[in-house]
Amino acid sequence: MNARRRGRRARQAGWNVLGLAIFVVMVFPVFWMISTAFKSNEQIVSLNPTWFPLHPTIQHFRDAIHRPYFWVDVKNSLIIVSVTVAISIVLAFLAAVALARYRFGGRKLFIVLVIGIQMLPQAGLIIPLYVVLARYHETNALSGVVITYMTFVLPFSVWTLRGFLIGIPKELEEAAMVDGSTRLGVFMKILLPLMGPGLVATSVFAFITTWNEYIFARILLNDQSKQTVTVWLSYFVGSSRHTDWGALMAASSLTAIPVVIFFLLVQRRIAFGLTAGAVRG
Amino acid sequence: MAEIRLDQVTKAFGAVTAVDDVSLEIADGEFLVLVGPSGCGKSTLLRMIAGLEEVSGGEIWIGDRDVTDLAPRSRDIAMVFQTYALYPHMTVRQNMGYGLKARRTPKPEIARRVAEVAELLGLADLLERRPAQLSGGQRQRVAMGRAIVRQPQAFLLDEPLSNLDAKLRVGMRASLAQLHQRLGVTTVYVTHDQTEAMTLGQRVAVMRDGRILQCDRPQALYGRPNNLFIAAFIGSPAMNLVEGTVEGDTVHFGQYRVPITKRPDAARVVVGIRPESFEDAAFAPGMPTIQVRVEVLEELGSDAHVFFHVDAPPMTAEVLETASEEGLLATDRALFTARVDARTGARVGGTLELAVDPASFHFFDLGTGARFEAAASPALAAR
Repeated sequence: MNARRRGRRARQAGWNVLGLAIFVVMVFPVFWMISTAFKSNEQIVSLNPTWFPLHPTIQHFRDAIHRPYFWVDVKNSLIIVSVTVAISIVLAFLAAVALARYRFGGRKLFIVLVIGIQMLPQAGLIIPLYVVLARYHETNALSGVVITYMTFVLPFSVWTLRGFLIGIPKELEEAAMVDGSTRLGVFMKILLPLMGPGLVATSVFAFITTWNEYIFARILLNDQSKQTVTVWLSYFVGSSRHTDWGALMAASSLTAIPVVIFFLLVQRRIAFGLTAGAVRG
Repeated sequence: MAEIRLDQVTKAFGAVTAVDDVSLEIADGEFLVLVGPSGCGKSTLLRMIAGLEEVSGGEIWIGDRDVTDLAPRSRDIAMVFQTYALYPHMTVRQNMGYGLKARRTPKPEIARRVAEVAELLGLADLLERRPAQLSGGQRQRVAMGRAIVRQPQAFLLDEPLSNLDAKLRVGMRASLAQLHQRLGVTTVYVTHDQTEAMTLGQRVAVMRDGRILQCDRPQALYGRPNNLFIAAFIGSPAMNLVEGTVEGDTVHFGQYRVPITKRPDAARVVVGIRPESFEDAAFAPGMPTIQVRVEVLEELGSDAHVFFHVDAPPMTAEVLETASEEGLLATDRALFTARVDARTGARVGGTLELAVDPASFHFFDLGTGARFEAAASPALAAR
């Protein structure tokens, strides 16, 4: 009896250690990025690595911000991300309603295609996409990047929103229609409020993917004044023989801030949505 | 309030006909129950009246309007769903007022009517709560309240009690009947539970395979079921059914022979005997009797159920498959139920002399299941 209980405890402790190890592996790069950003140059290149900055400095942040094109590229990133997320969520919501609630020819095929396209390696799409965009003079333009990002944000959003919609009982819409609502009324008064958490969760994901995207932005945008923050970051490495690690880490930390802020703003809503949806109305 | 008229209404889903040529008139203020086993088309029929399901053929009238092609919101009906379908993001007050708001009723009027109905249903203290904070019975009342507030032409109720536990269900059943008496609104009520159908309906329509087999007052359905399916479906405990032969003025089934007073027009029939057509012979002198071996005895206080075997195969006719539930034990002999006086001397494993009332026997056609209108036996006719 006792031996068994001890065995169970040991097993539990083992799982906890494993979980902790995974947590450390995931958090370490982030910790190292932030820690390095505050270290002095001597400490960064020292052969004896130290965990924490000995004399914390914000000099690297100053350097990073005052590099050319920082603010311009931040603005570019924000424009691309917000336009992509806004258009994608609106279109994806409408498409998801159609897929989840109406029956039409080719519906199943469409659903399979939407998820199938996600399976394609993105690298394989670079050249065809470039050729197509070049034909319509959309290379080296923010709008071209928005279109490109939508090709992978849209299918994902349609797919997840459809999942959220299926979780909303159809009777709610039927009850509202019998109660006197038009189809539009049902959409605005019933579906939209109930889909709040789903819309938020999906836009968080879309925001993170597009904000962090690098390869397409690197290839499609040539002018430094039109590039995104991720491309701007890449210029820290290899632009000369010496890489300014301090500034790079400071710049990386800065780039991560919008994502963190956005997530903190909405994460309570997501958690709320998960529990509220579980209760049958 | 209004009458509802269905005229040869049909609904096909591809090759499957869910509702097949149904015609029915529901009077103004009537409480009509649609009952039948699952998949019989009763819910589809209700949803067609609501406008949630398109009609493949036929017409639906509510009052003096042909609503066949009207949207649900233009039909002026209210519906209560099995899952209640309360809007989870709205309070009870908003849930109840939603229909009025959608119809642009002035706000003071909405407030007045919601308060009135909340009072009627005992929901006044719950108005600011959300559905997730309510118990099953409270949700059910909110769903009813949402329908009542609207003051519609008709109520459509789709198994509104099936999500409640047994005790609450009986209480709600009585409240529903009271509500109907008080409001007098035309009501169509769908259920698969024959007890609910019998207790609530002013008329009951029994459906099977998309058709209405019989639509009548509960007592008439019980007393004169026009086919085998209804005989087996209506009544609890169910009617005892067995194959029998008629010879002259007696009917044989299993090891028993019973003299009958009225004869069906066929030699081989299905004999139907309600449990209450039996009685412990000690309490019913002067009736024909049969000797039975008591297999199971259920003493209910008010009366007792005696189960006994009849040496004949149980009615496994295809007509019965969907009507009655099969017992746990496989058996090749029919198990009969008799309802007898609670003071019965019956003991399990012992024999009991049961009186039978042949005048209340039902006879059905062996092939079609149709009821035989028994001809009076010659002996009686001669009198």
